[in-house]
Amino acid sequence: MLDQLLAALNETERAAVDEEEYQILQAVVDELPAFSHEVSQLIPILQEIQGKHGYLPRLALDMVADHVQTTIGKVYGIATFYNQFRFNPPGRNPIKVCLGTACHVKGGEILLENFERRLQIKVGETSDDREYSLERVACIGCCALAPAVVVGEKVEAYVTPSKVEGIITEIEVRNEMAAREQAKNDATSE
Amino acid sequence: MTQLANSPKEHLLVHAERARERVKELKESPVPVIYVGCATCGRAAGALETIAGFEEVLKDNGIEARIEKVGCLGHCYAEPLVIIQNPGFPALLYQKIGAGEAGILVRSFLKDGSDPCYEYLIGALETDENFPTLMDYPRYLYENRVVMEHCGLIDPDEIDHYLAVGGYLSLAQGLEKGGEWVLEEVKSANLRGRGGAGFPAGRKWEIARKVEKTPKLVICNGDEGDPGAYMDRTLLESNPHQVLEGLALAALAVGAERALLYIRAEYPLAVEIMERAIVQARGKNLLGANILGSGFSLEVSVFKGSGAFVCGEETALIESLVGNRGMPQPRPPYPAVAGLDGLPTVINNVKTLSTVPTIIRHGHQWFRSIGTEESPGTAIFSVVGEVEYPGLVEVPMGVTLEHLVVDVCGGIKDGKELKAVQIGGPSGGCLPASLMETVIDFDSLKTVGAMMGSGGLVVMNEDTCMVEVARYFTDFTQGESCGNCTFCRIGTRHLRDILHSITIGEGKMEELTDLEEISEAVIKGSLCSLGKTAPNPVLTTLRFFRDEYIAHIEEKRCPAKMCRPLIAFYIDLEPCARGCDACVACCPTDAIFTTSNRKKAIDQEKCVKCGECVYACPPEYDAVRRVSPPEMIPDQGVEPLPDTEKEKEESK
Repeated sequence: MLDQLLAALNETERAAVDEEEYQILQAVVDELPAFSHEVSQLIPILQEIQGKHGYLPRLALDMVADHVQTTIGKVYGIATFYNQFRFNPPGRNPIKVCLGTACHVKGGEILLENFERRLQIKVGETSDDREYSLERVACIGCCALAPAVVVGEKVEAYVTPSKVEGIITEIEVRNEMAAREQAKNDATSE
Repeated sequence: MTQLANSPKEHLLVHAERARERVKELKESPVPVIYVGCATCGRAAGALETIAGFEEVLKDNGIEARIEKVGCLGHCYAEPLVIIQNPGFPALLYQKIGAGEAGILVRSFLKDGSDPCYEYLIGALETDENFPTLMDYPRYLYENRVVMEHCGLIDPDEIDHYLAVGGYLSLAQGLEKGGEWVLEEVKSANLRGRGGAGFPAGRKWEIARKVEKTPKLVICNGDEGDPGAYMDRTLLESNPHQVLEGLALAALAVGAERALLYIRAEYPLAVEIMERAIVQARGKNLLGANILGSGFSLEVSVFKGSGAFVCGEETALIESLVGNRGMPQPRPPYPAVAGLDGLPTVINNVKTLSTVPTIIRHGHQWFRSIGTEESPGTAIFSVVGEVEYPGLVEVPMGVTLEHLVVDVCGGIKDGKELKAVQIGGPSGGCLPASLMETVIDFDSLKTVGAMMGSGGLVVMNEDTCMVEVARYFTDFTQGESCGNCTFCRIGTRHLRDILHSITIGEGKMEELTDLEEISEAVIKGSLCSLGKTAPNPVLTTLRFFRDEYIAHIEEKRCPAKMCRPLIAFYIDLEPCARGCDACVACCPTDAIFTTSNRKKAIDQEKCVKCGECVYACPPEYDAVRRVSPPEMIPDQGVEPLPDTEKEKEESK
């Protein structure tokens, strides 16, 4: 079925499906049979795919539509209606800036701007090297610790513009250390 | 219902007895027990690092102790919170315990047993001669914890902890006396829906009970989407079995055999904890088939909501369950009559269901003795913003806003002035300081243009711009409007656009009338309460803070100095210290340069007005000024330091 879908794409669209996406799609082909064919399963299926793979590739939506016997329009309509779903791969360090009431009043918007400037990506985008993605969220329920930012799984409390710099530097240092460790291990194993 | 040889209560008492013994073992533990608050907010403040800190230092010192993860006490300002039960001492509550403080506590309190570290101590949980008790603090004294009684004191992952404090006793009692009795109790208690609208829960149940169609369904609405409110999450994470017990009682009263927990996918911890709680309850036959031998069966499952604010609305929630976009449907028929798949469906908020076991346990008269005649019971608020002690607060209905903000939560931080409280989130309103005597209950708040909503309460000081707050909420509801009703879809967009133009200094006076007219139209032309209440923030700010709107429009000035297009920062050369570089280092856009007399100045072209330099400037100089409108920057004759001078300095 995957090959059929790929065949239906035009040249540029097909070229856009890289190896990584292809593998995700193949995994989705294997995962779908576990779900019943009822339309009421639509949201749980989409949640499952995103939970496993981080986002919803376009062709995965086609497959889901086929699985629950509905139109791609309906699936796309659902996926875009709910805030949870995303259509591009998240970065290795997804950054979610809380813009709930308390965070907003305490300058969440400014933090978002700082991240945009520092990472050179706009909200909703993923950096080219897939290292970072930037999102805004309505409220993570940590209002007493405002303004809050979620980096990966970790909630950062009382964030300030200069702490933005610190958060990114911390990630960079960690990556750098991991890279050196890796290089050292490679050297010793040789 | 036929009387069985072994009544549900007897069945339960067997469980409870065993649970009490296990908990007694914990309470009388010969080694110290450390309880750490590990709900989402505790984790955000670093509770897991605290646990790691305790473990490490305990090991290094060869001290044996038990560490228990508990839920949230609601005292967010003091997170991470730790309770230490050291033999020979009362249980003591400590605040702001990071990994470092954990080490100090272990070394000076657990190792030597001599120094209980008063510097981190809040107080003893129970009255004691040597320690202040929690009741000595206004936050504890004025609160009346009915629903949150056990939150933060029991382990949400241990059903025995709940059973030991009398958990599921109400369910057993309900099973013995029957669903009709439960319904009557809740009706007599006049329990009103805590989701915001305040519809009597008992009436809703009665409607569904009387419908002949079966099977019936009960749904717990945990789709808390209101920015600024997190009490549902706290209840789900801190005392999940209380929610399940309430859900089971509701199902019993309605005559339902299936129940569903609808929880936001953004609350992964709550989902995880609830799923575990369901398995535990089923293991003890408190859910599932033939509960406690009563003949009543209930299957409970979890559905993860995908994050749409509008799904808090009953009919939209049902739409999302069947795999549609969450769009509200016209009522009647009400879901209680024909809901999911056309079957009678009762939907109650987490707080409502959590209240039910307490009513069954203590009786409706007790419940009515708390709060007011029309709104009995307690209200849970998440008080955040500029107060001294933010967090979750449970107070009886009928107290004033003044009492809640000043007495219970310690008043405004940093000695500033209270300007407004925003109550009820995007559906609520902004009330000025002059209305602080307003009584908190479902009806009084409506008369001043706000509403209870889900209980979010943001306290604002003089630095918060009311126009900007209105814009923020309208932007939120605009984004969350499902798009079904024209007035909601397009009206909120116009409202937002006008508010936006005012905050950037491009508003016109006649637009204030437009705002009012569009607001009226949105209220009249919307189907569900999202649209019907969306203009509340606009209308209340226009009513109580009109002068701020006028200042933005006529003087291009933001009185709170918050709207960034209308403000500017400059450095007052007088107090600015020669040679100090604090602000330069923090500026994200390198907008600060050295002047010819080696002080600092801001390049307005580069400045993004983030305000970071205000905090960076050492308080003894306090030289950064914020002005509105931007033209207010005085001419101080600033000249940049010539490049030649800079080079000279660098070569030195």
